[in-house]
Amino acid sequence: MNTIELTALIFLGSSLAGFLGALTGLGGGVIVTPLLTLAFGVDIRYAIGATLVSVIATSSGAAAAYVREGYSNIRIGMFLEIATTLGAVVGASAALRLPTSAIAVIFGIVLLGSAYMSRRGGRWQSATTGPPDRLAALLRMNSTFPSLEGPQSYQVRGVPGGFSLMFLAGVISGLLGIGSGAMKVIAMDQVMRIPFKVSTTTSNFMIGVTAAASAGIYLQRGYVDPGLAMPVMLGVLAGSFLGARVLPKATSQILRLVFGTTVAVLGVEMIFHGLTGRI
Amino acid sequence: MSESPNQWSDTRTEAMIGSLLRAGVLLAASVVLLGGIVFLARHGTSMPEYRVFQGEPTDLRALSGIVSFALSFHARGIIQLGLLFLIATPLARVAFSVVAFALERDALYVVVTLVVLAVLIFSLAGAHL
Repeated sequence: MNTIELTALIFLGSSLAGFLGALTGLGGGVIVTPLLTLAFGVDIRYAIGATLVSVIATSSGAAAAYVREGYSNIRIGMFLEIATTLGAVVGASAALRLPTSAIAVIFGIVLLGSAYMSRRGGRWQSATTGPPDRLAALLRMNSTFPSLEGPQSYQVRGVPGGFSLMFLAGVISGLLGIGSGAMKVIAMDQVMRIPFKVSTTTSNFMIGVTAAASAGIYLQRGYVDPGLAMPVMLGVLAGSFLGARVLPKATSQILRLVFGTTVAVLGVEMIFHGLTGRI
Repeated sequence: MSESPNQWSDTRTEAMIGSLLRAGVLLAASVVLLGGIVFLARHGTSMPEYRVFQGEPTDLRALSGIVSFALSFHARGIIQLGLLFLIATPLARVAFSVVAFALERDALYVVVTLVVLAVLIFSLAGAHL
């Protein structure tokens, strides 16, 4: 297979991943690396480098739209980015030392976790009662979001717990070159009790900065191959742009199931290939 | 909340951040696409080697090398320059936020944002733990 053919196939695969990732809200990055390593036999370090830059592209592209709608909370995002960027530096530094087989196994475990989470559909009820959180008030995190009945106010809680989980999300993002958006949403929605729509849009807003924190390390270590990153980045970007366009019309229940199952199968494959030393 | 034209507000910051992100991604994607076309036109029929990790040549790892490669219309250098624009987009967003919080006279968040900016610069300078 020559470069044009391989580039075209990788572009198509990445577009599909970006499309499905946008439709299901899981993000395309999580399946691009398994696709590149398992289907195209790409070294996992090149795959991670290419996926990471595509994650920055989709996050920034989507955040550009969300941030104008007034859902994302830039203060919550900025404060938690301290945790995610530090985590990303730790994760990327660890990735430089770990054997590729270990990275593949960890990747597989994270894929299985994502598949499980996608099955739940990810909609929890945010608490509106209870004592106010002093730290959240001090950090001016409490805000409002737009709704049909006018601005709805919300109170943020569990700042230390959310911050810790964000650090872990950053480590995984840096280690595997993914956005780890699902874990960011859990930290905000479940631990900090931030309304779901605010959590998802703020998470998206944060992914780009988190990924940029490890991208520098990967770039300097030669993990970012331009020939490979080009079709991956353009493909995921085009796919997720299309996905966001058809999102309101799509019935996502079946899609979630299909995508979740695919992610789970890829997870098992990654663990198997890692354990048998093929990655 | 009332908004006078002279007053800096979160809404205005959000609108500007939105435009900044959009412009950054568009610029990066255009440069990557241009580099990609040149790359495929020149090397399209050769055999790629992504199976074995060798790491990129040092010129494609650091800012100065990438810029000089791109300026000499080297295909891989152009793509890498586009990817640098992409990585710089979140950085620009954070740097802009420092100014925006300062204009809002929010000293606490100026500090918070500076910490994030410091971590990003630390990492982009190639430092790791």
